[in-house]
Amino acid sequence: MFEATEGKRQVDWGILLPVFLLGIIGVVAIYSAAASETPHLQRILCIKQTVWFCGGLLMIIFSLFFNYKRLFSWADGIYIISLLLLVGVLFLGREAGGARRWLPVGPVAVQPSELVKITLVIMLAKYYSQKSVMDGLTLRYLMVPIALTAVPFVLIWLQPDLGTGMLLVLIAGLITGFIKVQRRTLIGFGAAMLVTGPLLWMFLLKPYQKQRVLTLLNPDRDPLGAGYHIIQSKIAIGSGMIFGKGYMKGTQNALAFLPEQHTDFIFSVLSEEWGLVGASVVMLLYFFIIVWGISIAYKCKDPFGIILAVGVTGVIFWQVAINIGMVMGLLPVVGVPLPLISYGGSSVLTFMMCIAVLMNVSKKQTWIE
Amino acid sequence: MKNFYRTVDLDAYKKRLLLLLLVITAVFAILLARLIFLQIIEGADYLRLSANNCIRLQDIDPLRGLIFDRSGKCLVENRPSFDLNIIPNDAGNVDDTLYTLAEITGFSHQDLQKNYQKNKRGGAYRPVLLFANVDRDVVASVMANKFDLPGVEVNLKPRRHYLYDRFAAHMIGYLGEISKNELNCERFSGYEVGCFVGKCGVERVFEPYLRGRKGGRQVEVNANGQVMRVLRTVPAEPGNNIYLTIDFDLQQKTEELLKGLSGAAVALDPFTGEVLALASSPAFDQNSFIRGMSSHQWRELVTDPRKPLINKATQAEYPPGSVYKIITAMAGLQEKVITPDETVYCPGFYKYGDRISRCWKESGHGRLSIADALAQSCDVFFYDLGVKVGVERLAWYAKACGLGRPTGIDLVAEEDGLVPSEKWKLGRLGEPWYGGETLSVAIGQGYNLVTPIQMAVLTAAVANGGVIKKPLILKQIETVEGTVVKEGQAVDKGLLPADPDTLAIIWEGLWKVVNDKTGTAFYRVYSPNFDISGKTGTAQVVASPEEKEGQQAGVVDAIKPHAWFVAYAPSENPRIAVAVIIERGGHGSHVAGPIVKEMITTYLSENPTL
Repeated sequence: MFEATEGKRQVDWGILLPVFLLGIIGVVAIYSAAASETPHLQRILCIKQTVWFCGGLLMIIFSLFFNYKRLFSWADGIYIISLLLLVGVLFLGREAGGARRWLPVGPVAVQPSELVKITLVIMLAKYYSQKSVMDGLTLRYLMVPIALTAVPFVLIWLQPDLGTGMLLVLIAGLITGFIKVQRRTLIGFGAAMLVTGPLLWMFLLKPYQKQRVLTLLNPDRDPLGAGYHIIQSKIAIGSGMIFGKGYMKGTQNALAFLPEQHTDFIFSVLSEEWGLVGASVVMLLYFFIIVWGISIAYKCKDPFGIILAVGVTGVIFWQVAINIGMVMGLLPVVGVPLPLISYGGSSVLTFMMCIAVLMNVSKKQTWIE
Repeated sequence: MKNFYRTVDLDAYKKRLLLLLLVITAVFAILLARLIFLQIIEGADYLRLSANNCIRLQDIDPLRGLIFDRSGKCLVENRPSFDLNIIPNDAGNVDDTLYTLAEITGFSHQDLQKNYQKNKRGGAYRPVLLFANVDRDVVASVMANKFDLPGVEVNLKPRRHYLYDRFAAHMIGYLGEISKNELNCERFSGYEVGCFVGKCGVERVFEPYLRGRKGGRQVEVNANGQVMRVLRTVPAEPGNNIYLTIDFDLQQKTEELLKGLSGAAVALDPFTGEVLALASSPAFDQNSFIRGMSSHQWRELVTDPRKPLINKATQAEYPPGSVYKIITAMAGLQEKVITPDETVYCPGFYKYGDRISRCWKESGHGRLSIADALAQSCDVFFYDLGVKVGVERLAWYAKACGLGRPTGIDLVAEEDGLVPSEKWKLGRLGEPWYGGETLSVAIGQGYNLVTPIQMAVLTAAVANGGVIKKPLILKQIETVEGTVVKEGQAVDKGLLPADPDTLAIIWEGLWKVVNDKTGTAFYRVYSPNFDISGKTGTAQVVASPEEKEGQQAGVVDAIKPHAWFVAYAPSENPRIAVAVIIERGGHGSHVAGPIVKEMITTYLSENPTL
């Protein structure tokens, strides 16, 4: 059936322009951010990032041969696989810094918590696209999405990786909010959160996690750890001023004053060296991709496609907002990478999957017309 | 295709999409506003702070926990010392500054340069150690010339100090700079290059308790690297204090007795397993590890044929000699191979096949019961008994008595010892067992190997009525405020394979060793004040290559046998069990016996029963 329309396929390649630019900016920024490492490691990091980026591009092209609607029938399977991977991490995962987040697969280590961001979106899109939403969702209909989110959330919590866990909740929340929740249910939910929130705080958060949230509210609480990181990050960003200190000339960066500067704190390095001009260009590129994602949803006529597009756009949006908010001292220091610019294979591939889904949905609508 | 879609209100979706776009735009506007605020409005301030990287972190080292003896006498403490550091970025031209520093302090420029290169690592704002533990007059001259020495700083640092020279050196251990391998261990996560960690003994085993937690301060410095203000401070948390089970006076006395000799001594409380004294001779100067040794000093230490770095109490294996007869006797009685009243005639030699094995007393002991055979350490009696019991049963009893495996004392790298059996010999040497070899094993002269701590545990087990205790070195761990964090718990590792009747015969034999005129240790060890029960041992050993070397150097007499003596006292209600070995000491009763007697006398007279 799909093959018959092959000739009419029109792929919207335009989105790849900002993606390309961000990918290049990422590799260039990593090279600078890793300047305090050995030259060998510095090169390796850049090469690996490039390889993942190119791999992601190939994956996008490959995915265009499929129709995204197949995801509808694959949803259960890939969701379960990603949960199994999360369980695997807990038992077989590589431990680093007191947490198990990576699963060794041959020569590389993958982060299943990255993959689950996408599979959750697909699963929710499948569920919500089958429900009538005229009057808004009631609690009865919300039980399934809550369960779908809670299972990976708990598994990621156990790693422990609170940042990614909360990200899943935010992604699910954005999709659900978009579907429209019945007002009464929403109020009831809000009230329940007010009650359970403090309980969660008391019993579920680990001391270091509480510390991080408290550090945000008052960075003086942990002057040698997170508080220091926030201050150093703010100094790095602020001292970049309008035009920045120039590529490879960031002093905060060169002296290894920033924590995890080629992963979570890469935006600080970028802002220090490229200033307001460079940083706002990067933010604009993300903004462009997100607006483009919403426009695809806008043009789409299939509920599954619309929700899918909103969902993956939400994945990109939340990560960008949280990461940039974090390094500027607006949000807690949680380990959320900046899509495509932060070093990391799983994170790059997740982002490219989001783009692949968006391109696929866009392809479908041009094809229908 | 059209059937795929259900009728949905796409307009509702579109409305919501526009709302979503609005929200996202607002979030991006907030982020951009924050960026502008940081980079434009506060930008100049941050630029100033970044210019010299003014906000820095300085470490505050925690005070390492102290170590005390059982009664609270301090053995190890921390003393203030000064480190000379340089911060490369503040120094400007490092080499010029080092020249000036050399002029002012009298250190050679080459040494300064060498240490600078050696200790330098990433980050131009990290202090690089030039010299540790410098004299006070160096500190004074550096402080006086501070303005000519940009980037040079003197840091007060606590340094480990062992109060009594060589005291319990093997047991307490020492500190050293963390090695590359250790840094990669899970156990040392959170440690940094240059940290000092326990390298052996208590310092190593209880490292997690002793260490404490590092603190730090956030400071603002000026262009010269001088601290202008302290912004925040997180105080360091001192480590926990450790109380050992050792008795200071007994330990000191023991080390005095071992002075000039090569060997080891262990004293245990027979009912708790607490280690009252544990000494290995010769010992080493623990403080020299803290001060740092020259390569010459280090080479001398490791090549010394008397092996001062080895804890001979737990890491050296010796043939047990006649002490082993305790086990042969136990096996014989327990297996009913011999009765307590049965006697064997010793003509001074024993014929096995066509081989003749001699008793140590060439004229022979005459007719002996098992208790007397223990007292007089008759070899012929135990040759005979050994042959009747057989090597397999001997091995089983030896293992059941805790030999051939570590005692479990909380010190690293304890040796297993060796209990020979037919299977072992076939596996290790590829040869079958010869009957004649059983004779040697029965009197502790064969392939058997034991550590002094194993002998002490065995002696304690005999003394306490048959319970094999894990030797305990930890009394308790306390926080600086005095809250008990951990207490040493007596651990039973098993029971001796001996009925009360069997033990009673062994007690009688061991009592006679010291208290009967025919006993092997009567003349040297008998005390009129209290009854001591014991067993002598004399172990013939072929000289090791090191010993041959030592023989040539004149420090070792490799011809003499090793001298053993194990004992407990008082014989009724014993309060101390001791094992002593003196390498190349000659006959057990001559050298080791008097040392044991002195140790027991010291302990019992200082701790009279209430």
